[in-house]
Amino acid sequence: MIRAIVTFITAAICFVLQTSFFPFLPFLSVSPNLLIILTSSIGFMRGEKDGMLTGLLCGMLIDIFYGDIPALNALFFMYIGYVNGLLFRFFYPEDIKLPMIAIAVSDIAYNLAVFFFLFLFRNRTDLVFYITHIILPELVITLLFMLVLYFVLMKGNGLLENYEKQRNRE
Amino acid sequence: MRKKNKINIRPRSVLIVLTILLFGVMLANYIFDFKLTSLNTVTGYVFVPVQNGLGYVGSAISDSVTRYAKMSEVYDENVRLKAQVDELNDQVNSLKLAQYDVEKLKSLLELGETYSQYNKKSATIIGKDPGNWFENFTINLGTKDGIEVGMNVISDEGLCGIVVDAGANYSKVKSIIDDLSSVSAMVLSTSDNLLVNGSLTSMDSDGTIEFTNLRDDHDNVVVGDQIVTSYISSEYLPGILVGYVSEIHRQSNNLTKAGRLTPVVDFERLKYVYVITDMKEDME
Repeated sequence: MIRAIVTFITAAICFVLQTSFFPFLPFLSVSPNLLIILTSSIGFMRGEKDGMLTGLLCGMLIDIFYGDIPALNALFFMYIGYVNGLLFRFFYPEDIKLPMIAIAVSDIAYNLAVFFFLFLFRNRTDLVFYITHIILPELVITLLFMLVLYFVLMKGNGLLENYEKQRNRE
Repeated sequence: MRKKNKINIRPRSVLIVLTILLFGVMLANYIFDFKLTSLNTVTGYVFVPVQNGLGYVGSAISDSVTRYAKMSEVYDENVRLKAQVDELNDQVNSLKLAQYDVEKLKSLLELGETYSQYNKKSATIIGKDPGNWFENFTINLGTKDGIEVGMNVISDEGLCGIVVDAGANYSKVKSIIDDLSSVSAMVLSTSDNLLVNGSLTSMDSDGTIEFTNLRDDHDNVVVGDQIVTSYISSEYLPGILVGYVSEIHRQSNNLTKAGRLTPVVDFERLKYVYVITDMKEDME
Protein backbone atom coordinates (compact mmCIF):
# COMPACT_ATOMS: atom_id res chain seq x y z
CA MET A 1 0.00 0.00 0.00
CA ILE A 2 2.65 2.48 1.08
CA ARG A 3 4.65 1.50 -1.99
CA ALA A 4 1.70 2.27 -4.24
CA ILE A 5 1.32 5.72 -2.69
CA VAL A 6 5.04 6.47 -2.97
CA THR A 7 5.06 5.32 -6.60
CA PHE A 8 2.07 7.50 -7.41
CA ILE A 9 3.67 10.55 -5.81
CA THR A 10 6.95 9.91 -7.63
CA ALA A 11 5.14 9.58 -10.94
CA ALA A 12 3.24 12.79 -10.22
CA ILE A 13 6.43 14.67 -9.42
CA CYS A 14 8.15 13.41 -12.57
CA PHE A 15 5.11 14.31 -14.66
CA VAL A 16 4.84 17.82 -13.28
CA LEU A 17 8.58 18.43 -13.68
CA GLN A 18 8.48 17.14 -17.22
CA THR A 19 5.53 19.24 -18.33
CA SER A 20 5.63 22.40 -16.23
CA PHE A 21 9.24 22.93 -15.31
CA PHE A 22 11.72 21.72 -17.90
CA PRO A 23 9.92 23.11 -20.96
CA PHE A 24 10.14 26.61 -19.47
CA LEU A 25 13.89 26.51 -18.88
CA PRO A 26 15.69 28.41 -21.65
CA PHE A 27 18.80 26.21 -21.72
CA LEU A 28 16.92 22.94 -22.32
CA SER A 29 15.67 22.83 -25.88
CA VAL A 30 14.52 19.23 -25.53
CA SER A 31 12.93 17.91 -22.38
CA PRO A 32 14.14 14.70 -20.73
CA ASN A 33 11.66 11.87 -20.54
CA LEU A 34 11.54 11.33 -16.77
CA LEU A 35 8.46 9.13 -17.00
CA ILE A 36 10.36 6.65 -19.16
CA ILE A 37 13.18 6.57 -16.61
CA LEU A 38 10.68 5.94 -13.83
CA THR A 39 8.71 3.24 -15.66
CA SER A 40 11.81 1.46 -16.85
CA SER A 41 13.56 1.64 -13.45
CA ILE A 42 10.57 0.32 -11.53
CA GLY A 43 10.34 -2.41 -14.14
CA PHE A 44 13.82 -3.85 -13.66
CA MET A 45 13.91 -3.10 -9.93
CA ARG A 46 10.57 -4.68 -9.10
CA GLY A 47 9.50 -7.00 -11.90
CA GLU A 48 6.81 -7.21 -14.56
CA LYS A 49 3.75 -6.42 -12.50
CA ASP A 50 5.00 -3.26 -10.84
CA GLY A 51 6.65 -2.04 -14.03
CA MET A 52 3.49 -2.60 -16.01
CA LEU A 53 1.26 -0.79 -13.52
CA THR A 54 3.65 2.15 -13.13
CA GLY A 55 3.81 2.41 -16.91
CA LEU A 56 0.03 2.40 -17.10
CA LEU A 57 -0.15 5.21 -14.55
CA CYS A 58 2.49 7.35 -16.30
CA GLY A 59 0.93 6.79 -19.71
CA MET A 60 -2.51 7.68 -18.42
CA LEU A 61 -1.24 10.97 -17.00
CA ILE A 62 0.12 11.92 -20.43
CA ASP A 63 -3.07 10.82 -22.15
CA ILE A 64 -5.33 12.79 -19.85
CA PHE A 65 -3.45 16.07 -20.13
CA TYR A 66 -1.76 16.00 -23.51
CA GLY A 67 -2.60 12.92 -25.54
CA ASP A 68 -4.24 13.13 -28.94
CA ILE A 69 -5.52 9.58 -28.85
CA PRO A 70 -6.64 8.44 -25.36
CA ALA A 71 -5.01 5.26 -24.04
CA LEU A 72 -2.25 5.17 -26.68
CA ASN A 73 0.50 6.42 -24.39
CA ALA A 74 -0.83 4.25 -21.57
CA LEU A 75 -0.43 1.26 -23.87
CA PHE A 76 3.13 2.17 -24.89
CA PHE A 77 4.23 2.80 -21.32
CA MET A 78 2.56 -0.33 -20.01
CA TYR A 79 4.52 -2.48 -22.45
CA ILE A 80 7.74 -0.64 -21.68
CA GLY A 81 7.21 -1.35 -17.98
CA TYR A 82 6.41 -4.99 -18.64
CA VAL A 83 9.38 -5.63 -20.91
CA ASN A 84 11.74 -3.92 -18.47
CA GLY A 85 10.23 -6.11 -15.76
CA LEU A 86 11.54 -9.15 -17.61
CA LEU A 87 15.05 -7.86 -16.88
CA PHE A 88 14.37 -8.11 -13.13
CA ARG A 89 16.38 -11.29 -12.63
CA PHE A 90 19.44 -9.88 -14.42
CA PHE A 91 19.43 -6.72 -12.34
CA TYR A 92 22.08 -5.98 -9.72
CA PRO A 93 21.99 -2.53 -8.08
CA GLU A 94 25.79 -2.14 -8.27
CA ASP A 95 25.87 -2.53 -12.03
CA ILE A 96 24.79 0.62 -13.87
CA LYS A 97 25.29 -0.79 -17.36
CA LEU A 98 22.01 -2.68 -17.48
CA PRO A 99 19.86 0.25 -16.26
CA MET A 100 21.51 2.61 -18.72
CA ILE A 101 21.02 0.30 -21.65
CA ALA A 102 17.49 -0.57 -20.58
CA ILE A 103 16.46 3.08 -20.24
CA ALA A 104 18.16 4.05 -23.50
CA VAL A 105 16.44 1.26 -25.39
CA SER A 106 13.09 2.08 -23.74
CA ASP A 107 13.36 5.74 -24.72
CA ILE A 108 14.24 4.90 -28.30
CA ALA A 109 11.49 2.30 -28.48
CA TYR A 110 8.88 4.74 -27.16
CA ASN A 111 9.88 7.43 -29.63
CA LEU A 112 9.96 5.00 -32.53
CA ALA A 113 6.48 3.84 -31.54
CA VAL A 114 5.25 7.44 -31.53
CA PHE A 115 6.88 7.98 -34.91
CA PHE A 116 5.39 4.82 -36.32
CA PHE A 117 1.82 5.28 -35.11
CA LEU A 118 1.40 9.05 -35.17
CA PHE A 119 3.73 10.19 -37.95
CA LEU A 120 4.34 7.39 -40.43
CA PHE A 121 0.61 6.73 -40.67
CA ARG A 122 0.11 10.32 -41.82
CA ASN A 123 2.74 9.94 -44.52
CA ARG A 124 5.47 11.82 -42.63
CA THR A 125 8.24 9.46 -43.54
CA ASP A 126 11.44 11.37 -42.88
CA LEU A 127 12.75 8.99 -40.22
CA VAL A 128 16.36 10.21 -40.47
CA PHE A 129 15.29 13.75 -39.68
CA TYR A 130 13.24 12.65 -36.69
CA ILE A 131 16.09 10.50 -35.39
CA THR A 132 18.64 13.29 -35.57
CA HIS A 133 16.35 16.10 -34.40
CA ILE A 134 14.04 14.46 -31.86
CA ILE A 135 15.06 10.98 -30.81
CA LEU A 136 18.82 11.38 -30.31
CA PRO A 137 18.71 14.73 -28.46
CA GLU A 138 16.02 13.36 -26.17
CA LEU A 139 18.06 10.20 -25.60
CA VAL A 140 21.15 12.15 -24.55
CA ILE A 141 19.32 14.43 -22.14
CA THR A 142 17.28 11.55 -20.74
CA LEU A 143 20.43 9.57 -20.00
CA LEU A 144 21.96 12.61 -18.28
CA PHE A 145 18.93 12.95 -16.03
CA MET A 146 18.85 9.22 -15.52
CA LEU A 147 22.21 9.37 -13.74
CA VAL A 148 20.57 11.47 -11.03
CA LEU A 149 17.06 10.08 -10.96
CA TYR A 150 18.16 6.45 -11.02
CA PHE A 151 20.09 6.76 -7.77
CA VAL A 152 17.21 8.54 -6.07
CA LEU A 153 14.86 5.78 -7.19
CA MET A 154 17.25 3.03 -6.12
CA LYS A 155 17.68 4.61 -2.70
CA GLY A 156 13.92 4.98 -2.33
CA ASN A 157 13.38 1.40 -3.41
CA GLY A 158 15.92 0.20 -0.85
CA LEU A 159 14.22 2.12 1.96
CA LEU A 160 10.84 0.73 0.96
CA GLU A 161 12.20 -2.81 0.81
CA ASN A 162 13.69 -2.48 4.32
CA TYR A 163 10.42 -1.12 5.61
CA GLU A 164 8.44 -3.97 4.07
CA LYS A 165 10.88 -6.57 5.45
CA GLN A 166 10.47 -5.13 8.93
CA ARG A 167 6.72 -5.20 8.69
CA ASN A 168 6.72 -8.81 7.52
CA ARG A 169 8.87 -9.80 10.45
CA GLU A 170 6.50 -8.28 12.99
CA MET B 1 9.71 -16.23 6.17
CA ARG B 2 6.00 -15.79 6.28
CA LYS B 3 4.12 -15.46 3.06
CA LYS B 4 0.97 -13.44 2.82
CA ASN B 5 -2.16 -15.10 1.70
CA LYS B 6 -2.59 -13.36 -1.60
CA ILE B 7 -4.21 -14.39 -4.81
CA ASN B 8 -1.38 -14.58 -7.29
CA ILE B 9 -2.37 -13.49 -10.75
CA ARG B 10 0.22 -13.91 -13.46
CA PRO B 11 1.47 -10.53 -14.73
CA ARG B 12 1.08 -11.70 -18.28
CA SER B 13 -2.65 -12.20 -17.92
CA VAL B 14 -3.02 -8.77 -16.33
CA LEU B 15 -1.10 -7.34 -19.28
CA ILE B 16 -3.42 -9.00 -21.76
CA VAL B 17 -6.55 -7.84 -19.96
CA LEU B 18 -5.27 -4.26 -19.69
CA THR B 19 -4.24 -4.25 -23.35
CA ILE B 20 -7.73 -5.27 -24.39
CA LEU B 21 -9.19 -2.63 -22.08
CA LEU B 22 -7.00 0.12 -23.48
CA PHE B 23 -7.82 -0.87 -27.05
CA GLY B 24 -11.46 -0.73 -25.96
CA VAL B 25 -11.00 2.85 -24.78
CA MET B 26 -9.34 3.79 -28.07
CA LEU B 27 -12.10 2.17 -30.07
CA ALA B 28 -14.80 3.83 -27.94
CA ASN B 29 -13.12 7.17 -28.51
CA TYR B 30 -13.00 6.56 -32.24
CA ILE B 31 -16.63 5.50 -32.52
CA PHE B 32 -18.43 7.58 -29.91
CA ASP B 33 -15.93 10.46 -29.57
CA PHE B 34 -15.93 9.63 -25.91
CA LYS B 35 -13.78 11.61 -23.49
CA LEU B 36 -12.52 10.78 -20.01
CA THR B 37 -14.13 13.90 -18.59
CA SER B 38 -14.65 12.73 -15.01
CA LEU B 39 -11.06 11.47 -14.83
CA ASN B 40 -9.94 14.79 -16.27
CA THR B 41 -11.70 16.68 -13.53
CA VAL B 42 -10.27 14.67 -10.66
CA THR B 43 -6.72 14.74 -11.98
CA GLY B 44 -7.13 18.38 -12.90
CA TYR B 45 -7.76 19.35 -9.31
CA VAL B 46 -4.71 17.40 -8.18
CA PHE B 47 -2.22 18.58 -10.78
CA VAL B 48 -3.19 22.03 -11.94
CA PRO B 49 -2.36 23.91 -8.70
CA VAL B 50 1.07 22.25 -8.61
CA GLN B 51 1.71 22.93 -12.26
CA ASN B 52 0.68 26.53 -11.74
CA GLY B 53 3.20 27.00 -8.94
CA LEU B 54 6.00 25.12 -10.65
CA GLY B 55 5.46 26.92 -13.93
CA TYR B 56 5.90 30.15 -12.01
CA VAL B 57 9.17 28.91 -10.49
CA GLY B 58 10.37 27.70 -13.89
CA SER B 59 9.74 30.99 -15.60
CA ALA B 60 11.25 32.91 -12.69
CA ILE B 61 14.46 30.89 -13.05
CA SER B 62 14.31 31.30 -16.79
CA ASP B 63 13.94 35.08 -16.44
CA SER B 64 16.81 35.53 -14.03
CA VAL B 65 19.13 33.24 -15.97
CA THR B 66 18.49 35.10 -19.20
CA ARG B 67 18.90 38.40 -17.39
CA TYR B 68 22.38 37.57 -16.07
CA ALA B 69 23.46 35.90 -19.26
CA LYS B 70 22.55 38.97 -21.25
CA MET B 71 24.10 41.55 -18.91
CA SER B 72 27.43 42.14 -20.68
CA GLU B 73 25.81 41.83 -24.03
CA VAL B 74 23.33 44.50 -23.04
CA TYR B 75 26.04 46.87 -21.86
CA ASP B 76 27.79 46.88 -25.22
CA GLU B 77 24.50 47.20 -26.90
CA ASN B 78 23.60 50.19 -24.78
CA VAL B 79 26.63 52.18 -25.92
CA ARG B 80 25.91 51.36 -29.51
CA LEU B 81 22.25 52.14 -29.20
CA LYS B 82 22.78 55.56 -27.62
CA ALA B 83 24.56 56.66 -30.75
CA GLN B 84 21.78 55.24 -32.80
CA VAL B 85 19.12 57.12 -30.83
CA ASP B 86 20.41 60.48 -31.99
CA GLU B 87 20.49 59.33 -35.54
CA LEU B 88 17.01 57.93 -35.31
CA ASN B 89 15.53 61.00 -33.71
CA ASP B 90 16.08 62.82 -36.97
CA GLN B 91 14.38 60.09 -38.89
CA VAL B 92 11.40 60.05 -36.55
CA ASN B 93 10.43 63.53 -37.49
CA SER B 94 10.28 62.71 -41.15
CA LEU B 95 8.44 59.48 -40.44
CA LYS B 96 5.75 61.24 -38.44
CA LEU B 97 4.54 62.68 -41.68
CA ALA B 98 4.39 59.28 -43.30
CA GLN B 99 2.57 57.91 -40.27
CA TYR B 100 -0.40 60.08 -41.06
CA ASP B 101 -0.77 58.41 -44.44
CA VAL B 102 -0.42 54.95 -42.90
CA GLU B 103 -3.23 55.61 -40.42
CA LYS B 104 -5.50 56.52 -43.28
CA LEU B 105 -4.64 53.38 -45.24
CA LYS B 106 -4.99 51.16 -42.18
CA SER B 107 -8.59 52.14 -41.64
CA LEU B 108 -9.20 51.02 -45.21
CA LEU B 109 -7.69 47.60 -44.49
CA GLU B 110 -9.97 47.00 -41.47
CA LEU B 111 -9.24 43.28 -41.18
CA GLY B 112 -5.91 43.47 -39.42
CA GLU B 113 -7.46 44.98 -36.33
CA THR B 114 -10.73 43.10 -36.08
CA TYR B 115 -9.77 40.66 -33.39
CA SER B 116 -9.44 43.38 -30.80
CA GLN B 117 -13.23 43.45 -30.77
CA TYR B 118 -13.66 39.82 -29.71
CA ASN B 119 -14.30 38.97 -26.05
CA LYS B 120 -11.16 37.56 -24.54
CA LYS B 121 -10.01 35.95 -21.32
CA SER B 122 -6.36 35.99 -20.39
CA ALA B 123 -4.79 32.67 -19.40
CA THR B 124 -1.40 31.33 -18.38
CA ILE B 125 0.29 28.32 -19.90
CA ILE B 126 0.87 25.83 -17.09
CA GLY B 127 2.34 22.88 -18.94
CA LYS B 128 3.66 21.69 -22.26
CA ASP B 129 3.58 18.33 -23.95
CA PRO B 130 5.92 15.91 -22.13
CA GLY B 131 7.46 14.51 -25.30
CA ASN B 132 9.28 16.36 -28.01
CA TRP B 133 6.94 15.33 -30.82
CA PHE B 134 3.87 17.47 -30.27
CA GLU B 135 3.17 21.05 -29.38
CA ASN B 136 0.08 20.77 -27.21
CA PHE B 137 -0.06 22.85 -24.06
CA THR B 138 -2.40 23.29 -21.11
CA ILE B 139 -3.72 26.58 -19.77
CA ASN B 140 -5.07 27.42 -16.33
CA LEU B 141 -8.69 28.08 -17.36
CA GLY B 142 -11.36 25.41 -17.74
CA THR B 143 -15.08 24.88 -18.10
CA LYS B 144 -15.76 26.68 -14.83
CA ASP B 145 -14.26 29.81 -16.37
CA GLY B 146 -16.50 29.38 -19.40
CA ILE B 147 -13.93 27.79 -21.68
CA GLU B 148 -15.34 25.40 -24.27
CA VAL B 149 -13.83 23.08 -26.84
CA GLY B 150 -13.32 24.93 -30.11
CA MET B 151 -12.44 28.34 -28.71
CA ASN B 152 -9.53 30.11 -30.40
CA VAL B 153 -6.39 30.93 -28.46
CA ILE B 154 -4.29 33.97 -29.43
CA SER B 155 -1.36 35.89 -28.01
CA ASP B 156 -0.50 39.56 -28.36
CA GLU B 157 0.95 38.85 -31.77
CA GLY B 158 -1.52 36.48 -33.39
CA LEU B 159 -3.05 33.04 -33.56
CA CYS B 160 -1.70 30.38 -31.16
CA GLY B 161 -4.12 27.49 -31.43
CA ILE B 162 -7.46 26.07 -30.47
CA VAL B 163 -8.93 24.47 -27.33
CA VAL B 164 -9.30 20.74 -28.00
CA ASP B 165 -10.30 19.52 -24.55
CA ALA B 166 -11.55 21.28 -21.44
CA GLY B 167 -11.41 20.02 -17.88
CA ALA B 168 -12.97 21.86 -14.95
CA ASN B 169 -9.95 24.00 -14.18
CA TYR B 170 -7.61 23.51 -17.12
CA SER B 171 -7.88 23.10 -20.88
CA LYS B 172 -5.77 21.48 -23.52
CA VAL B 173 -4.74 23.63 -26.46
CA LYS B 174 -3.43 22.39 -29.79
CA SER B 175 -1.07 24.99 -31.20
CA ILE B 176 -0.93 25.80 -34.90
CA ILE B 177 2.66 24.55 -35.16
CA ASP B 178 1.69 21.07 -33.94
CA ASP B 179 2.22 18.39 -36.55
CA LEU B 180 -1.46 17.40 -36.43
CA SER B 181 -2.82 20.93 -36.68
CA SER B 182 -4.48 22.35 -39.76
CA VAL B 183 -5.93 25.86 -40.16
CA SER B 184 -7.97 27.26 -43.00
CA ALA B 185 -6.50 30.67 -43.76
CA MET B 186 -6.18 33.27 -46.50
CA VAL B 187 -3.69 35.76 -47.87
CA LEU B 188 -4.71 39.16 -46.56
CA SER B 189 -3.87 41.15 -49.69
CA THR B 190 -5.61 38.93 -52.25
CA SER B 191 -8.13 37.00 -50.09
CA ASP B 192 -7.00 33.72 -51.66
CA ASN B 193 -7.72 30.76 -49.42
CA LEU B 194 -5.09 28.29 -48.35
CA LEU B 195 -4.47 25.59 -45.78
CA VAL B 196 -1.87 26.04 -43.03
CA ASN B 197 -0.44 22.79 -41.66
CA GLY B 198 1.80 22.56 -38.65
CA SER B 199 4.97 20.61 -39.35
CA LEU B 200 7.58 19.30 -36.98
CA THR B 201 10.24 18.97 -39.67
CA SER B 202 10.07 22.52 -41.01
CA MET B 203 9.51 23.95 -37.51
CA ASP B 204 12.64 22.23 -36.29
CA SER B 205 14.80 23.17 -39.25
CA ASP B 206 13.95 26.85 -39.76
CA GLY B 207 11.03 27.81 -37.51
CA THR B 208 8.38 27.81 -40.23
CA ILE B 209 5.18 25.89 -40.88
CA GLU B 210 3.76 24.72 -44.17
CA PHE B 211 0.87 25.87 -46.29
CA THR B 212 -0.76 24.22 -49.28
CA ASN B 213 -3.72 24.56 -51.64
CA LEU B 214 -3.20 28.20 -52.51
CA ARG B 215 -4.80 29.14 -55.84
CA ASP B 216 -2.79 31.99 -57.25
CA ASP B 217 -2.83 31.86 -61.03
CA HIS B 218 -1.56 35.39 -61.54
CA ASP B 219 1.38 35.13 -59.11
CA ASN B 220 0.03 37.90 -56.91
CA VAL B 221 1.19 36.34 -53.64
CA VAL B 222 4.79 37.11 -52.79
CA VAL B 223 7.17 36.40 -49.91
CA GLY B 224 6.29 38.60 -46.93
CA ASP B 225 2.52 38.63 -47.48
CA GLN B 226 0.37 38.43 -44.38
CA ILE B 227 -1.66 35.29 -43.78
CA VAL B 228 -4.78 35.54 -41.63
CA THR B 229 -7.52 33.06 -40.72
CA SER B 230 -10.17 32.80 -43.40
CA TYR B 231 -13.90 33.47 -43.47
CA ILE B 232 -14.70 29.92 -44.53
CA SER B 233 -13.00 28.17 -41.61
CA SER B 234 -15.46 26.28 -39.44
CA GLU B 235 -13.32 26.56 -36.31
CA TYR B 236 -11.26 29.72 -36.48
CA LEU B 237 -12.62 33.27 -36.31
CA PRO B 238 -11.76 35.33 -39.38
CA GLY B 239 -8.98 37.87 -39.58
CA ILE B 240 -6.56 36.61 -36.94
CA LEU B 241 -2.95 36.99 -38.03
CA VAL B 242 -1.19 33.64 -38.50
CA GLY B 243 2.14 34.60 -40.05
CA TYR B 244 4.06 35.80 -43.08
CA VAL B 245 4.85 33.92 -46.27
CA SER B 246 8.53 33.00 -46.30
CA GLU B 247 8.71 30.70 -49.29
CA ILE B 248 6.34 29.85 -52.10
CA HIS B 249 6.42 27.37 -54.97
CA ARG B 250 4.05 25.65 -57.36
CA GLN B 251 2.71 22.26 -56.24
CA SER B 252 3.27 19.21 -58.37
CA ASN B 253 -0.37 19.26 -59.52
CA ASN B 254 0.46 22.58 -61.28
CA LEU B 255 -2.85 24.07 -60.11
CA THR B 256 -2.13 25.25 -56.63
CA LYS B 257 0.83 26.60 -54.73
CA ALA B 258 2.45 25.54 -51.52
CA GLY B 259 5.21 26.90 -49.36
CA ARG B 260 6.18 27.93 -45.91
CA LEU B 261 5.19 30.69 -43.55
CA THR B 262 6.78 32.10 -40.43
CA PRO B 263 4.30 32.21 -37.55
CA VAL B 264 4.13 35.54 -35.74
CA VAL B 265 3.89 33.94 -32.32
CA ASP B 266 7.15 32.90 -30.64
CA PHE B 267 6.02 29.55 -29.29
CA GLU B 268 9.33 28.92 -27.55
CA ARG B 269 8.81 31.80 -25.12
CA LEU B 270 5.03 31.76 -24.95
CA LYS B 271 3.66 32.07 -21.42
CA TYR B 272 0.52 34.24 -21.49
CA VAL B 273 -2.28 33.82 -23.98
CA TYR B 274 -5.86 34.98 -24.55
CA VAL B 275 -8.80 32.70 -25.14
CA ILE B 276 -11.43 34.23 -27.40
CA THR B 277 -14.75 33.30 -25.83
CA ASP B 278 -16.71 34.06 -29.01
CA MET B 279 -17.14 30.93 -31.06
CA LYS B 280 -17.18 30.73 -34.81
CA GLU B 281 -20.37 28.69 -34.84
CA ASP B 282 -22.25 31.38 -32.86
CA MET B 283 -21.11 34.17 -35.14
CA GLU B 284 -23.88 33.93 -37.69
